[in-house]
Amino acid sequence: MGGMVVLLIIIGLLILIGIGIYNSLIVFRNRCDNAWAQVDVQLRRRYDLIPNLVETVKGYAKHEREVFEKVTEARTKAISAQTVKEQGEAENMLTGALKSLFAVVENYPELKANQNFLMLQEELAGTESKIAYARQFYNDMVMKFNMKQQVFPSSIIARMFSFKEKDYFEIEEPAAREPVKVSF
Amino acid sequence: MYEQITRNKLKSVFLVLFFVAFVFLLVWVFEEVTGWGKGGFVLALIISLAMTVGGYYYSDKIVLAISHARPVTREEYPYLYHTVEGLAIAAGVPSPHCYVIDDTAPNAFATGRNPKNAVICVTTGLLQKMNRLELEGVIAHEMSHIKYYDVLLQTVAVVMVGIVALLSDWMLRSFWWGGGRRRSRERSGGNAGAILLLVGIVLAILSPLIAQLIQLAISRRREFLADASGAMLTRYPAGLASALRKIAADPEPLEVANKATAHLYIVNPLKNVGGKVNKLFSTHPPIEERIAALEKMSFDKT
Repeated sequence: MGGMVVLLIIIGLLILIGIGIYNSLIVFRNRCDNAWAQVDVQLRRRYDLIPNLVETVKGYAKHEREVFEKVTEARTKAISAQTVKEQGEAENMLTGALKSLFAVVENYPELKANQNFLMLQEELAGTESKIAYARQFYNDMVMKFNMKQQVFPSSIIARMFSFKEKDYFEIEEPAAREPVKVSF
Repeated sequence: MYEQITRNKLKSVFLVLFFVAFVFLLVWVFEEVTGWGKGGFVLALIISLAMTVGGYYYSDKIVLAISHARPVTREEYPYLYHTVEGLAIAAGVPSPHCYVIDDTAPNAFATGRNPKNAVICVTTGLLQKMNRLELEGVIAHEMSHIKYYDVLLQTVAVVMVGIVALLSDWMLRSFWWGGGRRRSRERSGGNAGAILLLVGIVLAILSPLIAQLIQLAISRRREFLADASGAMLTRYPAGLASALRKIAADPEPLEVANKATAHLYIVNPLKNVGGKVNKLFSTHPPIEERIAALEKMSFDKT
């Protein structure tokens, strides 16, 4: 009779621990999803800055139509991207187009001194950093989530309830990994 | 990097537990020696809490007022705001408010009772003298203090120091006035009572000092932790290391700093003299040790 009670208590404890592990897996997964969504917030900020930037540059350099078109086209593609792959490609295009835009600005010293332009440039640079930090945070959350599914004993619960590991955010294009060449 | 963070967290937990055990020991001796029972401890707790809680709740306002810090807008200091916001994203905390102290001495501090009410303050000297990587390192360090609730921890430690100070003071007074009902003593016999009395006296005299030393040890351990997790945020320990070197080499004293707020700053603004005993009484670890710890992270590549 006494043995039965002890067994029931042990089983009860195990169930409680199991519930605790399951819940923490749910929490970690939600953190990953939230972190991914936050990256989108920063990307959106970047898209929102661009029209202003283009207008400011246009005010001084009306004739550089090609560059403006490239930037606007890349931005539209990025906003309307459906899959992660599409978005990645659009992002790369946008980064390239922005590089050309800033290269053009070099030829217009008055523009370079313009307060509005300088503020926009700083905003853009800040947003680029924030995108990087947001991606870093997402990767940190993914690491915690994946680790929890791999270590014992949470691995048992993870497998029992078919939790899946998430992918890290990685650069698709090998070219983007090359160091930036600055030539004068 | 990860190892240092874990080690620092474990060491601070150990220190806090040791502190709690020490307080319990003191309470037990106090009980035995004065015969007041738990009431003494409860009273000390209430008084110490009352003295400290106000400071904790208004910690941000008080410190900012003492330091003559002014709130700044995004338009005035866009780069500072972007850096703070970016690192807040990396740390997973809400973005703190930014304040600035007009002083050419480079320094920074963070305060606020929890991440939602947090504040980061830098001097104009810091903004002028640091490059981007160094500034990021410093702000990452401050962000880590916020993330790990260091203001709360320090407040708890200060409350405990207060309890110890009050209890030892009352114990000493009870010896002086020969008061307290020592019923238990009469029962257990002379010798044990005398030893306990002696222990009580020694503890009463030394406890406040011991408590202070523990609290300062906790403070130093949390500084190491903030360095390590700050390096995690930027993934670039060399930035903070370089900033620490520059700040330490800067000969200017921070005019608004005083002993009450010195512990908050990233580098002790009161240029103290060195020496082994001084190390024990310092709120910050020596800069060379901090830089060495950061440089070890770069080599480990973990």
